[in-house]
Amino acid sequence: MADFWKRFARNRGAVIGLAILAVVILVALLAPLLFPQSPWRMVQRPFLPPFSMDQYPLGTDALGRDVISGLAYGAQVSLLVGLVSTVAALLIGIPIGALAGYFGGWVDDALMRFTEFFQTVPSFALAIVLVAIFQPSIESIIAAIAIVSWPPVARLVRGEVLSLRSREYVEAAILSGQSNLTIILRQVLPNTISPIIVLASLMVATAILLESSLSFLGLGDPNLMSWGYMIGAARTVIRQAWWLSFFPGVAILLTVLALNLIGEGLNDALNPRLARRGK
Amino acid sequence: MLRFILMRLGKAAIILIAILTLNFFLIHAAPGDPAAVMAGEAGAADAKFIAQLREQFGLDKPLLTQLGIYLKGVLQFDLGFSYRQQMPVADLILDRLPATLLLTMTAFVISLLLGTLAGVLASARVGKWSDTAISTLALLFYATPLYWAALMAVLLFSVYFNWLPGFGYETVGANYTGFRRALDIGQHLILPATTLGLFFMAVYMRMTRASMLEVSQLDFVKTARAKGLKSSIIQRRHIFRNAMLPVVTLAGLQAGQLVGGAVLTETVFAWPGIGRLMFEALAQRDYNLLLGVFFVSAAMVLLFNLITDILYRFVDPRIRVA
Amino acid sequence: MTEPVLSIKNLKIALPEGADRDFAVNDISYDLYAGEILCIVGESGSGKSMSANATMGLLPDLVRPVGGEIIFEDTDLLKLSEAQMMDLRGKKIAMIFQEPMSALNPLMRVEDQIAEVFEAHGLLAPKERATRAIELLTEVGIPDPEKAARAYPFQLSGGQRQRVMIAMALALEPRMLIADEPTTALDVTTQAQILELIRNLQEKHGMAVMFITHDFGVVAEIADRVAVMQYGKIVEAGTADAVLDNPQHEYTQKLIAAIPKLAAEASEETAGKTPILEVEGLNKTYVTGGGLLFSKPRIVHAVNDVNLTLSEGETLGIVGESGSGKSSVGRCLVRLMQPDSGTVKLAGHDMAQLSGEALREARKSIQMIFQDPYASLNPRSKVGRIIAEGPMAHGVSKQEAYARAVKLLELVDLDALAIDRYPHEFSGGQRQRIGIARALALEPRVIIADEAVSALDVSIQAQVLDLLAELKERLNLALIFITHDLRVAAQICDRIAVMQKGRVVELGPAHAIFNNPQSDYTRTLIEAIPGREKELAAAG
Repeated sequence: MADFWKRFARNRGAVIGLAILAVVILVALLAPLLFPQSPWRMVQRPFLPPFSMDQYPLGTDALGRDVISGLAYGAQVSLLVGLVSTVAALLIGIPIGALAGYFGGWVDDALMRFTEFFQTVPSFALAIVLVAIFQPSIESIIAAIAIVSWPPVARLVRGEVLSLRSREYVEAAILSGQSNLTIILRQVLPNTISPIIVLASLMVATAILLESSLSFLGLGDPNLMSWGYMIGAARTVIRQAWWLSFFPGVAILLTVLALNLIGEGLNDALNPRLARRGK
Repeated sequence: MLRFILMRLGKAAIILIAILTLNFFLIHAAPGDPAAVMAGEAGAADAKFIAQLREQFGLDKPLLTQLGIYLKGVLQFDLGFSYRQQMPVADLILDRLPATLLLTMTAFVISLLLGTLAGVLASARVGKWSDTAISTLALLFYATPLYWAALMAVLLFSVYFNWLPGFGYETVGANYTGFRRALDIGQHLILPATTLGLFFMAVYMRMTRASMLEVSQLDFVKTARAKGLKSSIIQRRHIFRNAMLPVVTLAGLQAGQLVGGAVLTETVFAWPGIGRLMFEALAQRDYNLLLGVFFVSAAMVLLFNLITDILYRFVDPRIRVA
Repeated sequence: MTEPVLSIKNLKIALPEGADRDFAVNDISYDLYAGEILCIVGESGSGKSMSANATMGLLPDLVRPVGGEIIFEDTDLLKLSEAQMMDLRGKKIAMIFQEPMSALNPLMRVEDQIAEVFEAHGLLAPKERATRAIELLTEVGIPDPEKAARAYPFQLSGGQRQRVMIAMALALEPRMLIADEPTTALDVTTQAQILELIRNLQEKHGMAVMFITHDFGVVAEIADRVAVMQYGKIVEAGTADAVLDNPQHEYTQKLIAAIPKLAAEASEETAGKTPILEVEGLNKTYVTGGGLLFSKPRIVHAVNDVNLTLSEGETLGIVGESGSGKSSVGRCLVRLMQPDSGTVKLAGHDMAQLSGEALREARKSIQMIFQDPYASLNPRSKVGRIIAEGPMAHGVSKQEAYARAVKLLELVDLDALAIDRYPHEFSGGQRQRIGIARALALEPRVIIADEAVSALDVSIQAQVLDLLAELKERLNLALIFITHDLRVAAQICDRIAVMQKGRVVELGPAHAIFNNPQSDYTRTLIEAIPGREKELAAAG
């Protein structure tokens, strides 16, 4: 573990990413304390420019709502959607990939055709259609993002399992009489964990982008303030009030950047292959 | 080659049928009775009209029969009727398709060319400041929301500097023709195509860089050096060609995202393509139109995939000959 | 002799920080003369390839020379600029590598890759280059050179690719050729042909050849002079005869003693003993290629009507080159692969068609030892768990299974403390011992060893072979030993089955196979063993 941390910390970007993410998480957790009022409430005159009133440092929007409070509550939505939809996508993708890779043959064929189908369909368009038809809500958004983002997981796990399956220690486990389930859970999957963790950190980032894009198009949960919604609402007034779309965008950019940096750091730490170069 | 294309087309047809089936069930999953929805869309939700619709669309028949009717309709280019716009969905889409094809193809070419170029440059100077600069830029583009980049580009280049148009497909009311019109469209195209391509440029750059570095470690590169070849020739002839294989594969996989991203770009720039059409359908809860656009964008992705597959076969003899 | 072509003086090459030692090679000196073959011999990690790579200016990143000189044609190569080195490479000094599979660019035609050598040095017009390419391919003995020139590397066999590499190296008639383990990845008969080719070309062109290898058999076959390396130092150097017949240094003596001797002793008759495993009419075909609809599938008969018996306490060798089907037979026996037809009677019961619980039960009696000491142990399991897993899967309590694991570790000469450690903490030889302990955990009666010592250095190999022989004796095991290495087979097997293209072409007592082979193929195989003639001469 100490070794892992040392390798992770050697990547400076990853440490910066971790720091940014920590701030975002903290803001999300403390939002109700920092801004006890609802982010939907009108607090000042509309279109208050940023840095003009100490109480509302980032100004107000077209309806006089506090931008910085919206950002804080938006962090909650982004992180929640990013995390839950990624876990859901893993729960779909890992079993499908593991079964396809381990059993091969027609099981593999059938599952991979299925996966290929979902990978061919333009994922963002599918997400739009799903959320629109099942009505925008945090649940439908999470479900839609999970449905469009599991195929890479399945493909990754399948590839790993396929190569591990012919590894000699798995054959030894078959010969020693262990059941298929034991072999998958004990011999195969633990050895696919590293790439899955790396992929998952990148998927959280992609999910946050997807959620914000959906909200931007007006497909966000109508009861929750989110970054994408803020930018979407500010789109038509961009010429008058640049800050309304600028700040939420920066928030998304930083959060996604942080997650990508962390993903790279994890890759360095969990993939000693690259570290061994030059030997 | 012909056999290969035929095979790929057959596969694409199967996927399209699967998407249509999905579409069909989605419209049935849409809130409320489809007839009522359609009636609502047409703005006349009385019972008699609903019953009439029900019969007209065979909604009283078993589900599978309905699916058959639906698929048959699509074969005759009938994607249903948009009651909001009072036009057949297929006509609406065909009208908008060229604009989207122009936008996505341009973005695809820009991102692939600039992305691989930047990736090659970065890999050749690995660890130096130019590599760090390119890699950092790619990391930023990779994390930037597409629609936000588009908005900021409008803000900067059309509102602040007033260099480029940030709205529409051509200058309204100018009535240009010929070359002048092409130039005008080209000017309007720059911002949307660039912002749409930005993310993908980052993807291809990172992939190219990583792939170049990986290939440069392979044995045959050492062979090439042992021949006494110049490193520029080794880079181009040995490393680059091999490094492009995974990039081409990735380009095919990313095509879907590119088409999806067009919805956002077209919305911001009021680009009259099918992405913008999808946004309009969303705003009006026009499900027939929404699913029609979805179907066509899936078909576009398949087209992109076919192109990259053919490209791949040109690069890799193992697939061509075997 | 006259002036040496190459003279290495007090060369020191530093390894990056954190490596297992500071210097890859530490203060080595040797000369190479025109018209001779100098073999640099050593086990893995001895630094044997380093001076060659330094000569070519092709050291890996982070590895750099820090002292000494490499004199070639009166200049110190270490002082040359990259441009000057480029001019030298391919023209004055050429090099061929170990892996013919990966040493050629997969996307370029063979003729283009050969023509590149001329191009690199600005010689000949493009048309002449193509003609020369075909001439060179003819010289290195590739069948149908015109066709081979137009081929892509993946369309050629390993031996043919190595010939292409040699053609490329010869293109500009270099004064010196460096061959870095050029035959290690090849089958024994192909190896013999490539060695002969190198020898002939060297004589014809009067080149100086630096030949790097780990195999003393190859040394005996090809070397004029030898330098033996250990831990980055040359421990012994001299003419091939002197070093091989009368090694002075302790390490050389140990290495040479560890080489399995070819002379198989006549063992006691196995007839009359109870058979434990009887294989009859075993068949297995694969279908490769053949996509969903159109393309033509290729059918490979991997195992073609194989009959074998194995008696209690006997060691049966299955030898053959790659693609002979020897591994497929082993895998069919333990049912890692499902045979198409045939019976596999284990102690009288056919297990070829068993499945589910019955198969699980039957497999307890027939276990396997694998080739790769790194891939055969789960990197995320502790050694204790690796050994105890089998018994536990068969209902033995955890406590008892671990107690047994400790005993097994002692049996294979490992410390009992090993149970709490992970595989990566062990060396290749130790890992192979762990693999043996795991195979023994279910108290099998038959063990199948699939290339179980091929990945090990020769001195470790000898220890593991001794251990196997001892265990077999103590536990009354029957052993099927699958190998490509006839020396190893000669040392350990009572009887040997020789396989070619899925068929058993000859089966008999080991001494009979070696002294009086009946089939042509067996004869070719035995004659191809590197160092055999020298050994026979010494014995005779």
